[in-house]
Amino acid sequence: MDKAQKDQHTRYQQMVKEATPQPNRWKNAAMAFITGGLICTIGQLLYNLFEIIEPSRLETTAVTQAAMIALGAVATGLGFYDWLAERGGMGAAVPVTGFSNTITAAAMEFKREGYILGMGAKMFVIAGPVLVYGILSGFVISLLRAVLSGSLF
Amino acid sequence: MTSKRLGLQTVVFQEAPRIIGCSTIAGPKEGDGNLGPYIDTLVDDPLMGQPTPEKAERMLLYQACQDALAKAALKEDDMQFFIGGDLLNQIISSSYCARDLGIPFLGIYGACSSIVEGLGLGALIVDGGYADSVLAATSSHYQTSERQFRYPIELNVQHKKSNQWTVTGAAAAVLSRTGAGPRITMATFGRVLDYGIKSPNDMGAAMAPAAADTLCRHFADTGTSPGDYDLILTGDLAAVGQKLFVQLVKEADYTLGSKHMDVGAVIYKPEQRSGAGGSGCVCSAIGILGYVVKEMHNGRFDRVLALATGALFSPVSNQQGDSIAGIAHAVVIEGGNL
Repeated sequence: MDKAQKDQHTRYQQMVKEATPQPNRWKNAAMAFITGGLICTIGQLLYNLFEIIEPSRLETTAVTQAAMIALGAVATGLGFYDWLAERGGMGAAVPVTGFSNTITAAAMEFKREGYILGMGAKMFVIAGPVLVYGILSGFVISLLRAVLSGSLF
Repeated sequence: MTSKRLGLQTVVFQEAPRIIGCSTIAGPKEGDGNLGPYIDTLVDDPLMGQPTPEKAERMLLYQACQDALAKAALKEDDMQFFIGGDLLNQIISSSYCARDLGIPFLGIYGACSSIVEGLGLGALIVDGGYADSVLAATSSHYQTSERQFRYPIELNVQHKKSNQWTVTGAAAAVLSRTGAGPRITMATFGRVLDYGIKSPNDMGAAMAPAAADTLCRHFADTGTSPGDYDLILTGDLAAVGQKLFVQLVKEADYTLGSKHMDVGAVIYKPEQRSGAGGSGCVCSAIGILGYVVKEMHNGRFDRVLALATGALFSPVSNQQGDSIAGIAHAVVIEGGNL
């Protein structure tokens, strides 16, 4: 690419930047806060409910997580979750229900190509990177902690 | 060169082929939009009762072809060529539709510029004397495009304001040497231009330079100016792209003013939550074969310059860091004595 072409590209990108409407960040942040807050409140309510049945903190956390994942999957299946995310943005994407949505949405989409090569193979097409790097960073941090504290547990 | 060419990129049709029958079909969202009244057939179910949107898209395309043939009072056997293009990998909608139609098939890919590429090529064939009648058609579908170019439908994504919504539907036109209907008098085939836009959320911005280039080329080749046309239509630049397009054209000293309309920018109403507007092969096709042709019959337009733009890229090229190139083709449609 010669210099004249490069300048033209830079100039055009500036034009594009000026022509593109900016997102309303305050509104988006407020909506994300409300949406995320609502989802977490539902989670907390479920936690309190499960705590009555099973007082162990570890068990209750696990059951609450599972319930929220199921809830996210059902909301996706009903076509409600993308509606929510369109309005709530990251407030809907960050909680575990959003993670559940990425898997369910992909599973629904690729089911048409069959259960093995479609759904089975492509279910984690969006969630896959989250899992890979989530596990990797978990491992690295644990390793650092073990080295620094001199103990594995 | 012969008198069939003007300037660098424009061809002139001496026996201008006529659009003797055309039809558009689209889904409920398009029906609720601003151009709803110009669409011939509206379907309630974008899936057409099919198990997959891909199957639905080719069904829409087949339906549009049949409707166009019926309007021209012709049959498949009367067509010497079927020129079709769509957005899906290996243009499956067009090929499977061609399988069902049984007309000799020329598959094209010009992304969202397919309908004008098809009309231009069809006109070349007819004016060249290689066919009496040619069928040109295109289709696009929100769900098939989303999955191929973006994300699963139900995924939690918040669309950007520059995002465009792919029009669901199909459109077809029968071009013929004889008969009644608007004539295609000229075509300007565009160059591929790449101004380094990389985001698939900014398709309008990626296509605007190509649209401006083809338009200015057309004016230079033919010695015409915006004043010579009743309408200058662009396909699917949408809100962001059309702003850039008008700016680029202005830099070349052409003022479009109220003569210009972008189908993508007007096809949906603001409350329909479709970002910057519509996109997809059928967006420009509804503008040309729906809005323009119908308004020509109403006597509102007599000479229209129709441009359709396409973004040339694939998810693979995009993920590998390549920028998105744009293309634009133009045809001049004249009413004259319909």
